[in-house]
This record gives sequence, structure tokens and C-alpha cells, in this order.
Amino acid sequence: MLAAQILINALVLGCLYACIAIGFSLVWGVLNVINLIHGSFIVLGAYLAWSLYQGLHISPWYSLAVAAPLFFVFGYVIQRLILNRVITAPVLVTLTLTFGLDLILNNAMIYYFKADYRKLTLTPPMGSISIFDVVVPVDRLIATVAALALTGVLYLILRRLRVGRAIVAVRLDRDAAVLMGVNVNSIYAIAFGLGAALAGCAGVLMALIFPISPLTSTAYLGKAFVVCVLGGLGSVSGALAGGILLALIEGVGSTMIGPAHATTLSFVLLIVFLILRPQGLLGRKGFE
Amino acid sequence: MTRANLILLALIACIAALPLFGGAYTLRLGTIACMYAIMALSWNVVGGFAGYPSFATAAFFGLGAYIGGVLLARGAPLTMAIPIAGIGSFLIAALLGAALLRLRGHYFAIASLSLIEVFRELVNNATDLTGGGMGLNIPLAASAGVMADATFFFYLMWGVLLVTAAMVIAVSMSKLGFGLSCIMQNETAANMVGLNTTLYKSIAFGLSACFVGAAGGVYAAWVHYIDPSDVFDILYSVKPIVMALIGGLGSPLGVTIGAFVYLGLEEVVWRNYIQIHSGVLGVLIVLLLLFLPHGLTSLRGWRLWGRAKNV
Repeated sequence: MLAAQILINALVLGCLYACIAIGFSLVWGVLNVINLIHGSFIVLGAYLAWSLYQGLHISPWYSLAVAAPLFFVFGYVIQRLILNRVITAPVLVTLTLTFGLDLILNNAMIYYFKADYRKLTLTPPMGSISIFDVVVPVDRLIATVAALALTGVLYLILRRLRVGRAIVAVRLDRDAAVLMGVNVNSIYAIAFGLGAALAGCAGVLMALIFPISPLTSTAYLGKAFVVCVLGGLGSVSGALAGGILLALIEGVGSTMIGPAHATTLSFVLLIVFLILRPQGLLGRKGFE
Repeated sequence: MTRANLILLALIACIAALPLFGGAYTLRLGTIACMYAIMALSWNVVGGFAGYPSFATAAFFGLGAYIGGVLLARGAPLTMAIPIAGIGSFLIAALLGAALLRLRGHYFAIASLSLIEVFRELVNNATDLTGGGMGLNIPLAASAGVMADATFFFYLMWGVLLVTAAMVIAVSMSKLGFGLSCIMQNETAANMVGLNTTLYKSIAFGLSACFVGAAGGVYAAWVHYIDPSDVFDILYSVKPIVMALIGGLGSPLGVTIGAFVYLGLEEVVWRNYIQIHSGVLGVLIVLLLLFLPHGLTSLRGWRLWGRAKNV
């Protein structure tokens, strides 16, 4: 039963991890930028859900619809005004720039929301269901389904929409995409906006499950790193595989050698993967 | 020796006169200035000479602080703890470098960032040895008063800075430095003409960790208390990069001046905007990268010092 519980927990948590990482993976894959603001976007999304619930009693499920367009515009503007100026610079510059932006956003959040840990508690609580001794909290389950749905939406956008195909084209071969008449700057901004929107939505879902504080942003960012590297960069299925693998390793690791070592384990695995299999589990060039 | 390197040594010699002019606060700033200069110069070996975007400075600073701190807490003398912190950091970095430096670009950046997390978590969990999250208290050496202590630690940090500068100048004049700049320009070609790139990169990575580790050891002895979230702070990795970008990447004199300029900015921000200091720091970083991509040298059409290599 313990094994089944660990497996279910890993599946539930893994889908959430995938949702955290997918926007990060999109930005890294398309813009070739390691986006360190991602963690703070997630926390900001969580604060949005918390504020809407506390202030206006809007259920987090509806907050998703608010967060997505808001964060898309936010990300689009940041990319157009700031990041786009150094987009061709080497990783040192772009990474340091996003670190600077992260400092600003994180400090702003500490200033307005304080560093206290907060929790969005639904009233009445949704309880949990148990099937054969395997217990799953309902809010976690719904958050997982929503995370899967968000991942699916991104998949459909990239697969079906004209703009999605253009994003994939830019990722595959930037120069050829320019020659085919794709406006690369606009695609970059849209991809960054999509990444931010996914981060914001992931934050709304995280608010249901984890405590909220600006200090948690680096933990989310770390998860995004590991999931991206494990699963392979820039593919939706890779992010899902990486997320579930990470959750599974953390779950098994916590049970076997204690929860304190779960983070160490995941980062050691990250470095091992980088050295031995940098393309990840399902890595291939381009979104499917 | 080039003129820029002579100016660098002269500049460091001038700093040694600081205790003649200032009180305890000036000495504290001077000690931090030396520490930042050590970090920036060390980072420059792997980041500026070899062109690898390393974010591992904080990892080795923390490692050195903990090696030094644990030894001091167990009663080892300072003269033993600091060299061991430096040599230990060198060995660990050179070994890790042999594996990590096979990665390039974004992957290397991510791996070096992750080193900080790995080391921090390891220290956090080795509670018996390091005190874990509670931190580590380092016993006060027999104190001869506030000013005497401040002067002592200032000269200790200054000494490490002097050795670091000598190392960087020696590297830049040696075959190693030549090899590293070959690696920066075209690693595959450098490999093809028979340069042992793995060895060169590992030595560079080890050297860049060695003196940062020693500085970490001095820092631990100086502040008497360290904890994992303090010494394994990602900011310690980003600050040297910002300093190098301010002063001009690749030039030892440039990055040292960058370190001093950065410290000045940081101190002004810290004193005046304590609540939003990290946000203001972020704004400074963003403005620097957007408008002064080649550091202070891009303020004028002509170059002020050294040859600022393109980023």
C-alpha cells in the first residue's frame, strides 16, 4: 500500500511540477534564455489567487482565467521592453539580467506582502477521497487535473495554432523562420508571455497546496531546472516525464533516506543528467 | 608585465595604507572591498579568461567558509585553517571541473548554479559536523580590542587579495593564460592543435575556487558565525559577474575597479534604502546590462584601461 501511495503522490505532484517547469522550458527552448524570474512569477500568481480569494471571495478556479491574460501581458511587456534588447547576448548577460529582474520583483513582493508565510484555505475544505487505503486530497487532485489541462492547452497551441507553429519554427531554426516571414521579435515576446502566463497559472494552483511566501520562489525555480534537465528541453511530453520522474525520486528518496535529503538527491541527479545525458529523457530538438 | 597589471599591484598596495586613515567602519568596508576583489579576480580566471559562464562562486565561498569554520571550531589555528580552506576548495573544484566543464553555455551555467544548492543542502544536513541550519559558531580568538581585530582581519583579507592578484597576473602571462584565451575563442580548434583543454579548464576552475575558498575561511573567522543560507547565497555568485561587467570582462585591473565601484554602490543603496535594497540592486543590474554592456569603459569612446574583451 505504501508503494501505491508513493506512486499516486508522485503522479499528482509530478503533474504540478510539469506545470511549473513547462513555461520555463518554453522560454529556454525558444528564446535561449534561462529565465530566473520564473519562480517569482509563480509566487506572484499564488498571491493573486490568495488576494482574490481573501478580498473578493473569488474561487481560485476562476482566478486562473484572470491570471492567464494578466501574466501574458506582463511577460510580453517585459520581453519587448527589456529582455529583447539583449536577446542575442551570451548566456552570462541574459541570465544576469533576468536575475536582476527577479531581485526587483521579489523585493517588491516582500515589500507589499511581507515575507510571512500565508495559506489559501478554502472554506469549506474539500476533504479527501480514499480508494483502497490510498488517500488523495480533493483540492490536490483538481489542481493536478487543472495542471494537466494547462499543459494540454500549451500542446494544442503549439500544435494547432498558426502562432504556435511559428514558435516551433523559431525554436527549430531561427534564421530559416526569419526567411519564411516570421516576425521573430514578436514570436519571442509571445513565447515569453506564454511562459509567464503558465507560471502565473501554476502559481494559482500552487496557492491551493503549498504555503505562499516570496522566499519560496527559488524552490520553484530549482524544481523547474531539474524537471527541464531530466525531461529534456522544450518538449511538453518531456516536461511531464521529467516532472513525474522528479516527484517519484523525491517520494522514494524521502521514504528511504529521509525528507531532508530529497533536494540534495534531485540536484545531484540534475548534475549527473547534465553530464551523462544533457538532452534529457525525451529530448529532441523542437516542440512536437 | 603589462602596464595595467602594474597599476593593479600599485592599487592594491595603496589599499594597504587604509588603516592609517579610517576607523572601524572604514576597515570593515576595506575588508569587504578586498573580499569582493578576490571574488571578482577569481571569477575572471574562469569567466573572463576561459569564457565559461560560471555561477559557482558562492558554492566555493561557502565551502571554504565551512572548511575554515569547522577547523577553527575544532581548535585548529588560523594559519592552518585558511590554507586548508583554499587548498580543499581547489581540489574539489578541479575534480568537479573535470566533469562539469565538458558542458557549455546554458548547461554549464545551470550546473554551476546547482552546485550551490547541492553544497548548501549537504551542509544543511550534516548537522553533527556543521550545525546544519542552526549555523556554526566560531570561537573568538584572544581579542586585543575592536580596532586591533578589525586591522588584523583587514590585513588577512588583504593578504589573500595580494596572492590572488599575483596568481591572476601569473596566469595571464603564462602558457595557461594563453591556453585559456584559446579556449575562449575556439575550444574545438584549441583541442585540435593539441591543447589539453580539459586539464586547462580544470586548473582554471580550481584556481578560481581556491582563493574564493580562502576568502570564505577568513570571512568565517572574521564574522564568528556562519549559516548555510548566508554563505551559500546566490548573490555571491552574481556579484562578481556584475563587478566584472562594470569594470570590463577579462581585464584584472578592470574587474578589481569594478569590485570597488560595486561595493560603493551597494553601500550607498544599503545605507539609504534598507527596505528595498535588493530591488534597487536589481534595477542597477538591469540598467548596467542594458546601457553599459561593456562596463564603465563604454562610457567613453576610448578605452580607459586594459583591453575589455567583448562579452
